Amino acid sequence: MSAWRSTGRVHWGWFFTAAAVLLLLPLVVDTHGPTVLLIWALFALSLGLMWGYAGLLSFGHSAYFGLGAYAYAIAAVNVGESTLPLLLAVLVPALLAAVLGAMMFYGRISDVYMSVITLVVTLILFKFMSATAGDAYRIGDARLGGFNGIPGFPTLNLPGSPEISLFGTPTYYVCAVALLACYLLCRWVLARSFGRVLVGIRENEERCALMGYDVAAYKTAIFTLSAAMAGLAGCLFANWAEIVTPSVFSLRQAAEVIIWVIVGGLGTLVGPVIGAIVLGMVKLLLGEQTTFDNALILGLLLIVVVLAIPRGVVPALQRAWRWQRQRSRHAAANPRRRLGGAAEMRR
Amino acid sequence: MTGVVETRDLMLRFGGVVAVNNVSFTLGERELRCLIGPNGAGKSSFFKCLTGQHLPGRVSGRVLIRGQDVADLRAHRIVRLGVGIKTQVPSLMNGLTVEENIWLAARRTHGFAGGAAATQELIAELELGPIARQTAGELAHGWRQMVEIGVVLVQRPWLILLDEPAAGMTGDEVERLVGLIRRINQTAAVIVVDHDMAFVRMLSSMVTVFHQGAILVEGAANRVLDDARVREVYLGNRTT
Amino acid sequence: MDYAGVVFLEIVYMIAFLALTSAGLAIVFGMMRVINLAHGEFVMLGGYITIASARAGIDIYLAMLVLAPLAVGIWGLLVERLIIRFLYGRMIDVMLATWGLSLLMVGAVSMIFGTTAVSVPAPIPGYSLGSFQMGGYNLFIIAVALLLMAAMWVVLRFTRAGLIARGAMQGPEVVAALGYNPGTVYMLTFTIGAALSGLAGGVLAPLTGLLPSSGGAYIAKAFITVITGGAAVISGTLSSAALFGFVNQLVSFESGPVIGEIAMFALAVVLLRLMPQGITGRFFRGGT
Repeated sequence: MSAWRSTGRVHWGWFFTAAAVLLLLPLVVDTHGPTVLLIWALFALSLGLMWGYAGLLSFGHSAYFGLGAYAYAIAAVNVGESTLPLLLAVLVPALLAAVLGAMMFYGRISDVYMSVITLVVTLILFKFMSATAGDAYRIGDARLGGFNGIPGFPTLNLPGSPEISLFGTPTYYVCAVALLACYLLCRWVLARSFGRVLVGIRENEERCALMGYDVAAYKTAIFTLSAAMAGLAGCLFANWAEIVTPSVFSLRQAAEVIIWVIVGGLGTLVGPVIGAIVLGMVKLLLGEQTTFDNALILGLLLIVVVLAIPRGVVPALQRAWRWQRQRSRHAAANPRRRLGGAAEMRR
Repeated sequence: MTGVVETRDLMLRFGGVVAVNNVSFTLGERELRCLIGPNGAGKSSFFKCLTGQHLPGRVSGRVLIRGQDVADLRAHRIVRLGVGIKTQVPSLMNGLTVEENIWLAARRTHGFAGGAAATQELIAELELGPIARQTAGELAHGWRQMVEIGVVLVQRPWLILLDEPAAGMTGDEVERLVGLIRRINQTAAVIVVDHDMAFVRMLSSMVTVFHQGAILVEGAANRVLDDARVREVYLGNRTT
Repeated sequence: MDYAGVVFLEIVYMIAFLALTSAGLAIVFGMMRVINLAHGEFVMLGGYITIASARAGIDIYLAMLVLAPLAVGIWGLLVERLIIRFLYGRMIDVMLATWGLSLLMVGAVSMIFGTTAVSVPAPIPGYSLGSFQMGGYNLFIIAVALLLMAAMWVVLRFTRAGLIARGAMQGPEVVAALGYNPGTVYMLTFTIGAALSGLAGGVLAPLTGLLPSSGGAYIAKAFITVITGGAAVISGTLSSAALFGFVNQLVSFESGPVIGEIAMFALAVVLLRLMPQGITGRFFRGGT
């Protein structure tokens, strides 16, 4: 079974079912919890795109999430209306990623060092933002607030009409639409030649270069797209939390998104989304109890997944289901026929 | 006169080791040349100077491909000039099928739709039909070599660099390969690096012998392979 | 003049601090190509054990120099047998698993010791350098770091174990060729690396209040020190510790500790981009 099979196709039946569920959910439950789950899902999707399909692991993806959040907050305080801040929340992380990516990929560094550098970048941002207490640190009217962050900025409003706030359930719908739209965008990108080349790069970077493709350019491009999506998630997070603190850059946040992707399933788009939603729910529920520390459970989960199901739950289930179907189909026809090998995904 | 490939006083160093020692080499249009020499003679290092696969900053001297200096160009830029490169170890996308591997190469030079047509054409030409739908990772070594050559050819390069194309092939496959190389030589210059003497004799082209990073002797295959110095250099290696 | 003395001592102290906290990680990375992201928590654990022992009445020097390394070493042994052993060669997976381990350890320590800071007083009093008041304990730390580096160098150069270790740096086949089981060598290496981390944690315990999250402070700096240093264990760690310690302190004196740290990290990003194999990969091939 070719590795390209997982790229292009949208199962429209599932998609519309999911969309319907998302859109009808507010009729049944309070939207506060589900909103953040959708935001985390978008964040996970952004990493899953880059990691699963191009083979690029950004250890500090929280940097772009955080930059999106801070860019929104700072711009919102200064501008008052939310359209430009939203745009900036997407563009600022994308710009950082483009610059950082070009620096890394055109320098031919290895995967491990890429992971290290991206980790250090989010660390730098975390330390910097944590230290910006006091009036001296401000961008325009926005005080950066150091460890306490930036509270009380204007939240999303209808574009062009600052008096019509989208706070509450409308924000939930914004998040749902954003997630669905970004999912389709990812599918579209992957179905294009661009996506095919990306998978080629993941499979064998050298051979791709020898085919004449500028590998560094492709990597930088997907990194930028991924960062833009993470920034969007960060902006929505700022609107949900109504406050932006340096914890958005923290190692904890960076670790969490990696855990969601890897548990949900590396190499699929739906895996990270499901991973984020399920683990996010677990986190919200766990947060309320004090018997077991959150970090302990999260850590244990990561260890177990890495040791036992290295590619995550969704692909394992998919493989099991596919294998089961093929087995029953071919068993009668030709008992001695060798089944095709599954795609090897390089991490 | 600018040949298709020309190097002038080319040197490649790794730390204290001089892998390519002052090599001046020319290759004419549509010429077929074999580079031979025992292990460590520098032919693969020389090859890497032509393909942009060496580490930057280690090369001194000039490497010209159709007059253009490529010493500091990265591999993909060199390929875009119209050069096809097949590496020593067969290098394919293991998770993709043969057809998909070839399409990916064809896509760059022929566009989306044109790529599909060129792919089918090449599969027919190289008789890869039976394995077209298999993933590259499952193929036997000889088939992998063939597919990789296919990946190179589909882009219609005018200079083709093959590093040990016959390795791991059966006698029949080698014969087909020789025929194939002669055919592509009608439209492209070809450099073949190998140390299988029988294969080189079958190609019966001009041969350049490397020894300790420099060119020992150049000439027609039969004459060179019977040269006493060449035999001496190969002492202990398999010759025919 | 006194000020110059203070600056000098601060720089030396920073270098010693980096070298000490990186030693365990450097051994494990240099010999096994394992990046242990829980290294900071190993250090933190050493600190907690020292403080808990000191509070229970055990002599503090015994606690920090013997008990802490021993306990953390045993913990490291367990970790190697249960987790690391299955992931050799899979660098990214090791990073992920040890990241999980770090979270687990932070959680466990929070549950056992609580989340308020614990501390123990420094056993060595301060002294005066001209008009400045200096911490005397810092000198002890510098001394320990020097002794440790010297001990490591002696062991690697002049003992059989050191020979095997240097062979391990080249690869498991060399170890096997020497007649030893690579798996056992790696197990011992990881254990020793953990013990050294515990030692660092123990020695640093009297400095500030210790929290379960303190590991985070150690890992970041140790990490970049080791990676930038490159594969050679001693010269790598020392050269990058020297470089970073110097830059960190210099910038700190100008613009405060936070900017100093940030400068250090930014420098790391630049260095890694320029020398992906680390300082020793570029300049000192094949050294220890």
